Amino acid sequence: MIEAILNYEFLQNAFFSGLIIGVIAPLLGVFIVVRRLSLIADALSHVTLAGIAGSLYLSQSFAGLALLNPIYLGIVASVSGSILIERLRRLYKHYEELAIPIIMSGGIGISAIFISLASGFNTDLMSYLFGSVSAVSRQDLYVVMAIAVVVVLFLVLFFKELFVLSFDEEYAKASGLPAKWIHLLFMVVVALVIAASMRIVGILLVSSLMTLPVAAAMRLARGFKEAIILAIVFGELAVIIGLISAFYLNLAPGGTIVVTSIIILLLVIFIKKIVLKVSIKSKGEEVL
Amino acid sequence: MKKILIELKDVSFQYEYTQALKNISLRVHEGDFLALMGQNGSGKSTLLKLILGLLKPMSGEIKLFGEQANHFKHREWIGYVSQKSNAFNSGFPATVEEVVKSGLVQKVGLFKRYPKDADILVKGALKDVGMEKYLKRNIGQLSGGQQQRVFIARALVSDPKLLILDEPTVGIDRENVQAFYDMLAHLNKHHNMTMILVTHDVDTVSDRVSHVACLNQSIHFHGYKNDFDTISEEQIASWNGHSVRKIH
Repeated sequence: MIEAILNYEFLQNAFFSGLIIGVIAPLLGVFIVVRRLSLIADALSHVTLAGIAGSLYLSQSFAGLALLNPIYLGIVASVSGSILIERLRRLYKHYEELAIPIIMSGGIGISAIFISLASGFNTDLMSYLFGSVSAVSRQDLYVVMAIAVVVVLFLVLFFKELFVLSFDEEYAKASGLPAKWIHLLFMVVVALVIAASMRIVGILLVSSLMTLPVAAAMRLARGFKEAIILAIVFGELAVIIGLISAFYLNLAPGGTIVVTSIIILLLVIFIKKIVLKVSIKSKGEEVL
Repeated sequence: MKKILIELKDVSFQYEYTQALKNISLRVHEGDFLALMGQNGSGKSTLLKLILGLLKPMSGEIKLFGEQANHFKHREWIGYVSQKSNAFNSGFPATVEEVVKSGLVQKVGLFKRYPKDADILVKGALKDVGMEKYLKRNIGQLSGGQQQRVFIARALVSDPKLLILDEPTVGIDRENVQAFYDMLAHLNKHHNMTMILVTHDVDTVSDRVSHVACLNQSIHFHGYKNDFDTISEEQIASWNGHSVRKIH
């Protein structure tokens, strides 16, 4: 695999994009999970699909747009979706979760219209849905790198505020934090990460890379920073193992990465159970 | 003359269809330990939200430390322990240290990292509430009373001049309530920390407080605890709309 990466540019693109996404997706995922926003990531990924489908339709219909990279319209759709979700959540204060099915079905609906209008696409739409090792271009890699810089910068600047907002929103507001703006920025950054991740993991599976490594990390971590470090470790493991197996078995990387994440999660749950049983048993013996 | 930390003049607030507060006038002086008492739905939480700037009054004026509440910038001077802390997500992966440190967020300010002495401040605040041994423990693994102490440490870490506690004894065993009040009295006396303690239950108003205010949409009584003790249970019941029992 290492020799292949050195020789083929598309593999370099896929591998480095994967490594970056393996860090930024779980990193933001920790905040998403503890704030109980996991389903919002799903809704945004479906809106991203609408942007991708729209871009593919435009490039098919207008010769001048033939070279337009679908990731750009995907980003625009995802960020617009995040802002719309926030507006809807405020509009339906007592039924905030309503924003998710509204945006999700809207995204799928618009995607379906563009796909029908184009009578299917020449481009392999499957690679956008489930990811692809060969489809990541050097331009995609640069976009992923730029988004990673935005994510890191955002977290460096707002880490402590995001922690307070996640742990206790009322306390954050009472402390005078600009909670509304920080939350809106957070949603925009989440939308960017979803758009960045879709080439590798695929639109339908992108939210899993933000939630599965976090789910495993939360079984083990005592503290928040520990949860972030573990989530990144599990995310990277899933991406590396998933990409290698996708390459050798000629499978969609989205599938192999998600299945690896699930195996890691099951292993963590199993090991934690055994450790707990052993510690309870040894404590019992101490008492006797 | 003691400094006035909170001053409300003729403050009224109405939710869509319900009048929550009517012509509230109240002064809290430096060093006061005020029990703000009222039944469920009497407007206590609304009053707190107005003081904390989470709501804006329909009419009237609120001053914090002599400044108009909407222009007040020193939020770190006010420590707040919310009622919701009793029902926080206990599965949240955070250590006691991380939770207490987050109390510095306003003092440190946007775009800045916690200062180098933050760890010392955290340890000091935990010591004040008798929880210094639990620094690295997961917050969800503590008992209700211990969690409440941690939330008080979070409020104390920024060295506030005023501490507001919304129903802090909910979730604490009856036998630990007195120890809890002792701790608050210690902070009030030895740190000269002004306190507002909100409670719906007259039974829990300890002798430790210096002042009592009775609220039911409007203020029915505001004065020294000793004067409050002379008021009959029937009188308090007529303000609250149900019978009460005072403990001396």
